[in-house]
Amino acid sequence: MSTQAELLPGTLDLLILKAVSLGSLHGYGILLRIEQISRGALLIEQGALYPALFRLVRQGLLQASWGTSDNNRRAKYYELTSAGRKRLREEQDGWNRLVTAMGSALGAKPEEA
Amino acid sequence: MNLLEYLRSLASTLFHRADLDSELDEELRAHIQQQADDLQRSGLPRSEAERRARIAFGAYEKAKETCREERAGFRLETLWSEARFAARMLRKNPGLTSVAILTLALGIGANTAIFQLLDAVRLRALPVPNPQNLAEVRIAGGNHGFGLNQDHGELTRPLWEEIRDKQQVFSGTFAWSVNQRYVGTGADLRRFKGLWVSGDFFQVLGLQPWRGRLLAPQDEAACPVTHAVVSYGYWQSALSGRDLRVGIKLVANNDLVEIVGVTPPNFFGMIVGDNSDIALPLCQPNEPLRRDLFDVTVMGRLKPGWSVKRASAQMAVLSPELFEATVPPDRGPEAVKMYKDFRLVAYPADTGVSPLREYDLSLWLLLGITGLVLLIACANLANLLLARTNARQSEIAVRLALGASRSRIFRQLLMESALLAAIGAALGIAIAQFLGRVLVWEISTEGNPVNLKMATDWRVLLFVTSVAVLTCILFGTAPAWRAMRTDPLAAMKSGGRATAGRDRLSLQQFMVVTQIAISLVLLIGALLFVRSFRNLMTFDPGMRESGITTAFLGFWQSNIPKERWADFRRELLEEVQSTPGVISAASTTNVPLSGSSWEHGLQIGSERGTSKFTWVSPDYFSTMAIPIIKGRGFTREDTASSPRVALVNNTFVRRFLSSANPIGQTLRTEAEPDYPSTVFEIVGVIADTRYSDLRNPTPPMAFVPMAQSPNPGPWATLMIYSNISTATVAAAAKLRIAERHPDVIAEFFDFQTAIHDSLIEERLMATLSGFFGVLAGLLTMIGVYGVISYMVATRRNEIGIRMALGADSWNVVAVVLRQMTIALGLGIVIGAFLALVATRGAGALLYGLQPNDPLTFAAAIALLMLIALAGSLIPARRAATVDPIVALRYE
Repeated sequence: MSTQAELLPGTLDLLILKAVSLGSLHGYGILLRIEQISRGALLIEQGALYPALFRLVRQGLLQASWGTSDNNRRAKYYELTSAGRKRLREEQDGWNRLVTAMGSALGAKPEEA
Repeated sequence: MNLLEYLRSLASTLFHRADLDSELDEELRAHIQQQADDLQRSGLPRSEAERRARIAFGAYEKAKETCREERAGFRLETLWSEARFAARMLRKNPGLTSVAILTLALGIGANTAIFQLLDAVRLRALPVPNPQNLAEVRIAGGNHGFGLNQDHGELTRPLWEEIRDKQQVFSGTFAWSVNQRYVGTGADLRRFKGLWVSGDFFQVLGLQPWRGRLLAPQDEAACPVTHAVVSYGYWQSALSGRDLRVGIKLVANNDLVEIVGVTPPNFFGMIVGDNSDIALPLCQPNEPLRRDLFDVTVMGRLKPGWSVKRASAQMAVLSPELFEATVPPDRGPEAVKMYKDFRLVAYPADTGVSPLREYDLSLWLLLGITGLVLLIACANLANLLLARTNARQSEIAVRLALGASRSRIFRQLLMESALLAAIGAALGIAIAQFLGRVLVWEISTEGNPVNLKMATDWRVLLFVTSVAVLTCILFGTAPAWRAMRTDPLAAMKSGGRATAGRDRLSLQQFMVVTQIAISLVLLIGALLFVRSFRNLMTFDPGMRESGITTAFLGFWQSNIPKERWADFRRELLEEVQSTPGVISAASTTNVPLSGSSWEHGLQIGSERGTSKFTWVSPDYFSTMAIPIIKGRGFTREDTASSPRVALVNNTFVRRFLSSANPIGQTLRTEAEPDYPSTVFEIVGVIADTRYSDLRNPTPPMAFVPMAQSPNPGPWATLMIYSNISTATVAAAAKLRIAERHPDVIAEFFDFQTAIHDSLIEERLMATLSGFFGVLAGLLTMIGVYGVISYMVATRRNEIGIRMALGADSWNVVAVVLRQMTIALGLGIVIGAFLALVATRGAGALLYGLQPNDPLTFAAAIALLMLIALAGSLIPARRAATVDPIVALRYE
């Protein structure tokens, strides 16, 4: 498990938004998509996924509709709303800023201080 | 998310819960199936694939629960389900539930009833538009008994006219005065409660007529008055709601008036608790208005932006000019100086005025008392629920083990208490309506019925809500807290036979100590008020009380010339004296102990002062059984033309004549309008009696022969002594007078009843505080019983072991009682201290004893000890009869 990272609090929502931004998905699909795009590095507790989806729907960032999956199962599909797309952009920018700042802070050498 | 969407999802959460739940289930199951599909594809058998998929998913129910919490309106939904669950739990235990609800309903009901009365008397605004900018103008500190004073008379009419013409403070002013007078003629003569108003009264108050028109400035004209309006109640009852357009005329206060309108149903007049019947205009008499008759109340509407304080300052500035212009004639220089130094102030008048406000202190005290009773009841309920929580430990343990959060358990138990409190409060409001009526009836007397509208307004509702919330917190928190701290493992191990640890009991003991302390306060209060009332009831006023009938005879409708009035009065007295059953009768100008008073300034030698003056006929002292201890009484030889003589009481002698022999001394009264300065020779001394009421000490009093009265009116007040019932005598005398003088108005009252009616506040305090004291004692007894029983039950094993080791029943009883004694001792110490602090404020209501009366304290403590002993007797007996074998077999 050492190759997998624990999720930082609050990052699950962002990951879900990102995963869904690439095309409408059902819950299990979102799980697979996150594993795939993080190259298996991020571990998501399956039970925690659905409350997050519910929260995002309640916040109006996602919308859900029932459809049929590839192997003919009825499943609930999620897609981004325009508010969701906007939120994803903002969060992505914020995250990038944070990563850059953290990276340069942690990469600092003694003489730069 | 916008509001509309939120509401939509809220609605779907609340109303389509089942749909949403099955949808959620379907979605999660699809997830697991899809994962199983993938695993199956990788070569696992279907059953193994599904098993692994379920394991990978994790806690299924918990995920569902967390999802539910994410839905809109989740809190509302849980609250609702918790409430329904609580209701179910309460229904499962109907005995406990009904006891709890009944206790709360009675407690909250009593509190609400007292608060409603306070609200009606004290807090509610007059039923007129914008009452908040009404203000009243009064003399700062009152007029110190200057001139003649009528009930609710703060100012004289000349002063009112000055204020009306010169003030700059109010956008409109009006004056009013109240009195009971007679309406009708002959046999149809009835008393009515009159409201005399200035022309602007109804306009400035902003009242609209219910029928016809209200009085207007043009109605305020020269006497006699010709127009009047009636109250809605009077119109309905006395005029049977007749159409005014037919022209209804009444003889009110000797004037023929036409009723031109009806006031709105909610307008009771200006005095809270005392409804006016007929409103008449203040008219201008032929002779100038009296400048020493304080008979009107002056009010106004403040100009926009003016505060009462600013108005007061302005009225104070205006005062010298106003009083200078209205100095009463025929007064000594000192009186005139006092008059000119009066200053006017403004008071808020949004709640009108009320004589019932004398009950203020009593009502607030009663509210405190009922609050404390409720507190004791809460302690009992808390103990009851604590015991039940212990009985429910295994249920709670199971729920905790199944994953219920501790906060949810806490909320659940608090919800049960809240439900109890809510139902109790709702019932309490209903009970308060009944209790409130009883209270009003209790403070009403025959001569003075109290008419109060006991409405459940927002203030009452707010009060009930706060009381309910408070009680819920008081009795609900401890059980809920304990339930929350349940250790599932320990509770399950003991198999529902949970035993209480020491700390558990101590919480209940704390409640009992609180109950004992509060009960002591209430018992002491009750005893104080009961003893004070008894002191007054058994107080000897120095004169005869029972068997006396007071008669009021008026003959202004009899066309008797003024010079015959004195003779006619004597003839009426003789008629009454010769009525069968009458032992003796006398006329007087003042009925003792009735609250009224008549005083003159006087001079004896160089000594100056004041004394009460009463004109009486010769038989007065024998009728009232007042002993003449020196000199002589009055005789028929003391006539209008004989030398002026007076009898004085002992206090008078001590005050003015301490050194000399009083008989033969002279006193001179100061001149007053209609009462010229007169020299009287003191011919006798009588024993001291009470004067206008029972409470106040005896003032100096002088009695003068009725025949020498300088200013007799067309009426007579008689004191009649008989040895048969006063009702019989009154009926006989009334009949006799009606036969011979049909035009004479005759009213009879029982003297003793009137005296007792004047003690109504004391009676109210004594009965109610006594009642609540008994209730507190009873509740405490139940509380002690409950806790000691509980203790005995939980310590059964210990007691069994003690007995097996050789303890006899007395040792066991001692062990049980020791617990109670500690609580009792602690409660008494705290309670006595609290009582010392709490009763200090009640001193003004007590008569003949101090609030810290040691005997009362001792009696209350002894009573409480008995109560506690009685409460612990049965459980102690039960402990003493524990069979060690049976008790130990449980182990």
